[in-house]
Amino acid sequence: MSTPSSVVSISGLGKVFPKGGVTALENIELDVQPGEFISLIGPSGCGKSTLLRVIGDLTQPTSGEVLVNGKPAPRARLDRDYGIVFQAAVLFDWRTVAKNIALPLELLKWDRAKREARVAEMLDLVELKDFGSHYPWQLSGGMQQRVSIARALSFSPALLLMDEPFGALDEMTRERLNLELLSIWAETRSTVIFVTHSISEAVFLSTRVVVMSPRPGRIAGVVDIDLPQPRGVRAREEPRFFELVTEVREMLHAVETESEPSA
Amino acid sequence: MINVIKRVAIGIAVLLGVCAFYTGYRELFLATGWTWPFEVDDITLPSLPSIVGALFDPVQEDGELLISLLFKAALFTAKEAFVGFVIGTIFGFALGAVIARFQMLERGLMPYVVGSQTIPILAIAPIVVVGLGSLSIAGWTPTDWLRVSVISAYLTFFPVTVNTVRGLESADPRAIELMRSYASGEWAIFLKLRLPASLPYLFGAFRIAATACVIGAIIGELPSSIQGGLGGAIINFNQYYVLNPQNLWATNLMAAALGISFFLVIVIAEKLLVHRPPETLA
Repeated sequence: MSTPSSVVSISGLGKVFPKGGVTALENIELDVQPGEFISLIGPSGCGKSTLLRVIGDLTQPTSGEVLVNGKPAPRARLDRDYGIVFQAAVLFDWRTVAKNIALPLELLKWDRAKREARVAEMLDLVELKDFGSHYPWQLSGGMQQRVSIARALSFSPALLLMDEPFGALDEMTRERLNLELLSIWAETRSTVIFVTHSISEAVFLSTRVVVMSPRPGRIAGVVDIDLPQPRGVRAREEPRFFELVTEVREMLHAVETESEPSA
Repeated sequence: MINVIKRVAIGIAVLLGVCAFYTGYRELFLATGWTWPFEVDDITLPSLPSIVGALFDPVQEDGELLISLLFKAALFTAKEAFVGFVIGTIFGFALGAVIARFQMLERGLMPYVVGSQTIPILAIAPIVVVGLGSLSIAGWTPTDWLRVSVISAYLTFFPVTVNTVRGLESADPRAIELMRSYASGEWAIFLKLRLPASLPYLFGAFRIAATACVIGAIIGELPSSIQGGLGGAIINFNQYYVLNPQNLWATNLMAAALGISFFLVIVIAEKLLVHRPPETLA
């Protein structure tokens, strides 16, 4: 159900890869309202990353329509309506942390003073105040990913796309960054679409979890996450948290058995 | 600082080792009279003190010392080599950038780029250096040292082109997607991503080109009648080798020193310009 205020609205979306004719996505309908935190979860091959890349106009759909801020996805990309974070931090080795964060601002032709002020703000936001002049390789994996988030948010896009951003990190770091991401989300009031494999991560972070099924990639169901905001470390210990985790897990299991190739 | 001292110490130790080996070899063969693989005497292997001593002997009637003559010659050759390096780098980079941008061209152009380096430089030097002498563009004819620079450029452009292609294509595909997410076009991607990503490759090429351009300049001087450079000095001292072998040896040492200086300039520039994780620098 799309409304004029939707940040993302997707209807009848399909994507077939020309190589081998694999159907990656089929008949996707999704509407994202401002301030929502949506997780896309599903087994590998369910097209969740492809869906994210279609929203970002980094790959083109075969059919259907994707609107971002009411505009076609290619227009939205050219208007720089979203920031993106990948599983790898993808920082530029030859730039300091501060210069990495400033990269989109340079491309937007912000002047130096304005850039430096914003970079300082962003370093503060991701708690890397003292690391602006470090080079990426001098940072831990978790710190690098925080730089990558700061870079994605530096130009205050309305939408933040995250493709398994914490997938390569250890459990402890991951949980800490989950908390940080929630406080950043609350502070910046941006809309987030978050791809993950982790059920507990999806439930903890999201306002809605979208469960996807593989071959072809479809939306199998949506779970509303009604855990109270703001969520702290304790939220993971609430009975309601476990109920929701169970609900998502069962939906995923149903999806897995359904798509199991019958011998 | 400790590291610098260590390196200098190692450098000096190696240099002394080479001198000791040379002198030891010479003295051993002189003492025993061995003649295999070649006869050792003051003409085939002049003693080190005689080579160093020759540097401070006058070579001409006007009393100019050899070292002063060689130093001037080295500066002259350095000018040719430097200009050739610059021309070769600009041309090589431009060619590499075009090939990297339009990959269709790679198959078409690369055989010629590689082929250009299989022709012995001695064979094209006279064609270029003498041939370009009759060239006239709106009344302007390249001066003779500039024609020698063309030979330097010819040796420089090859490693630069090859590594430019590799360097520009080395950019992380995910980083290219990231740039596209910022609505960057090809030009912004080139400037902010591909070019800086290619720098370590470019400097790899510059290291090779730094010594090659000096060789190119020396070879380029041979077929021309240019007297001012190290190539001229080599031809000259070659003719009187039996009388005065030390002079040619001293000239060779000067040529080596010039090549090493070019190389060191590149290494220092790389240290200042390229910030990369330590493991990729190793």
